[in-house]
Amino acid sequence: MPMPEWLRLRRAEAVPADQAAQWTKCPKCGSMIYRPDLAANAWVCPTCSHNFRMHAFDRIAMLVDSDFGEIGGELMPGDPLGWTDKVPYPQKLQRDREKSKLTEGVVCGFASIGGTPVALGVMDFNFRGGTMGTVVGERITQLFEAARERHLPCIVFTASGGARMEEGMLALMQMAKTTVALRRFRDDGGYYVSVLTDPTTGGVSASFAFQADVVLAEARAAIGFAGRRVIEQTIRQKLPDNFQTAEFLLEKGAIDMVVERKELKDTLMRLLDYGVGGQRAANGRIAPSQLIVPPPQSVEHRA
Amino acid sequence: MNAIVEREKGLIELEERIAALKAHAAQQPVDLTAEIRALETKYAEIQREVFGAMTPWQRVNMARHPKRPLGSDYIAALDQFDELHGDRHFRDDRAIVGGFAKLNGRRVIAIAQDKGRDTKEKVLRNFGMPSPEGYRKVIRLVRLADHLGLPVVTFVDTSGADPGIGSEERAQAEAIAQSLYELADARVPIVATIIGEGGSGGALALALADRVMMLQHAVYSVASPEGAAAILWGDAGRAEEAASRLKLTSDDLLEFGIVDEVIPEPLGGAHRDPAGVVGKVLAAVDRALDALSGVAPDELRDRRYRKFRRTGVPPL
Repeated sequence: MPMPEWLRLRRAEAVPADQAAQWTKCPKCGSMIYRPDLAANAWVCPTCSHNFRMHAFDRIAMLVDSDFGEIGGELMPGDPLGWTDKVPYPQKLQRDREKSKLTEGVVCGFASIGGTPVALGVMDFNFRGGTMGTVVGERITQLFEAARERHLPCIVFTASGGARMEEGMLALMQMAKTTVALRRFRDDGGYYVSVLTDPTTGGVSASFAFQADVVLAEARAAIGFAGRRVIEQTIRQKLPDNFQTAEFLLEKGAIDMVVERKELKDTLMRLLDYGVGGQRAANGRIAPSQLIVPPPQSVEHRA
Repeated sequence: MNAIVEREKGLIELEERIAALKAHAAQQPVDLTAEIRALETKYAEIQREVFGAMTPWQRVNMARHPKRPLGSDYIAALDQFDELHGDRHFRDDRAIVGGFAKLNGRRVIAIAQDKGRDTKEKVLRNFGMPSPEGYRKVIRLVRLADHLGLPVVTFVDTSGADPGIGSEERAQAEAIAQSLYELADARVPIVATIIGEGGSGGALALALADRVMMLQHAVYSVASPEGAAAILWGDAGRAEEAASRLKLTSDDLLEFGIVDEVIPEPLGGAHRDPAGVVGKVLAAVDRALDALSGVAPDELRDRRYRKFRRTGVPPL
């Protein structure tokens, strides 16, 4: 399938132009990889199969059939706490915007996957460690609401260090906000699949990551509540290597499946088929052709 | 050492001197009224100076004061309490106490986090840090409340959910996520009060409520100040600095609309009058339940949805 034009354009901005930056080192096995080769291999190391953390645009391009209509993209974070440490919070945001070519830590919108229309959210660790502030929470909430209104199944890829410290309690409350929206969506028969990618921790793992009908994890992803360092400091001992991996969680019964990146789209297509083919979802499905235009932004919830 | 305990020392000495003088005056035919009055004036001045305007870090220390009323103290002050133990799967997590209770004659399900008072009890209660089975106990108690149509009353006091190996193995994140999910849909009134420390998701898991109240010197934050400092700067030692930035006091949170009501504490903190404070909190809970008692179940759930849907909507 061709990469959608808007993705190609935005992706072009994100790829560094100089030659030196065309090579990258695998953090796992240390081999040097030509970036275009890595991109062609779904950002999986050809030598050791290490999953590089993916840019949200690449992830979307890898999954969707053709178009992607973004929603909530215009929402931008403020500085509700007036936060400053080494640099003011707005400067950190600006730096991450330039570095990641993203406006915030999640990209949400409509697409179709294997012919099935879906509401799709993809978090990106490149933007403030994928932390959830008010914008990430609001975009995810609007995604669940849009999925509910349009009777679409919803898929969210998580990648997050947890709640964003610089937005304080307003960030923590996003756990509650996304929960109440998701609950409405599922109570109305909505079908929701989460895909936990590396890393998924803290307030995101303790809310919409683990509230799905089906919880998938990408192979070898780090997943947990407390960060590895916090646990090591608390118990004052080194943790085993496999602790908090997707495979560890599967063994403990916490997730439904571990999936290799290259199998993800096919797996999701099968899971979508089960979910939208059932009795509950039989009514009100929307044709792919109706999904092209992003909806107008709702402002009714603004205080 | 707790910073408030440190600051209290001089005051407690002064209190003892006043008490000694009063005892002396009662026994001897001497008039010490003037001396006593002078000391009392001085005492009040110092008290205002020490507790009149506390920094966020001092508030954190007040919330962690070793004599501050704990969850069990609120439970003990209810008219009646029958504890229901365990998560029906793995274990009874003693960091969370819950069960049937009566408050002013009203049947409720009461749930409290408890840090433990002495060392032995602290260990038993894991210093108030709940494990997944604690949150799973909450989930089943909320389901029970929903089934029977009983309001849920929670008392929040934790530095955070337990960050141990066992908790990760039993999916702490899932337990908290499901607790939030359960509270979001309960068709009965839920009233939460932050009585000490409201530490992160481990606290919020008991506070997705129709009315969220907070004691004046309690704190409620995205992470404990130590945790935030470790996350931000890799140095838990910078907790005081983190506390100063996190906007975790009751005044801040009232302003943000995250808490609905602040319950005042006596000058010097809740531990200066534990019974009085516990009574005041229970009275506030009772009033909140009165206000919610006539609301239809679906309307309750819709209002709760709207309340949390409104929190932290950008642009801010």
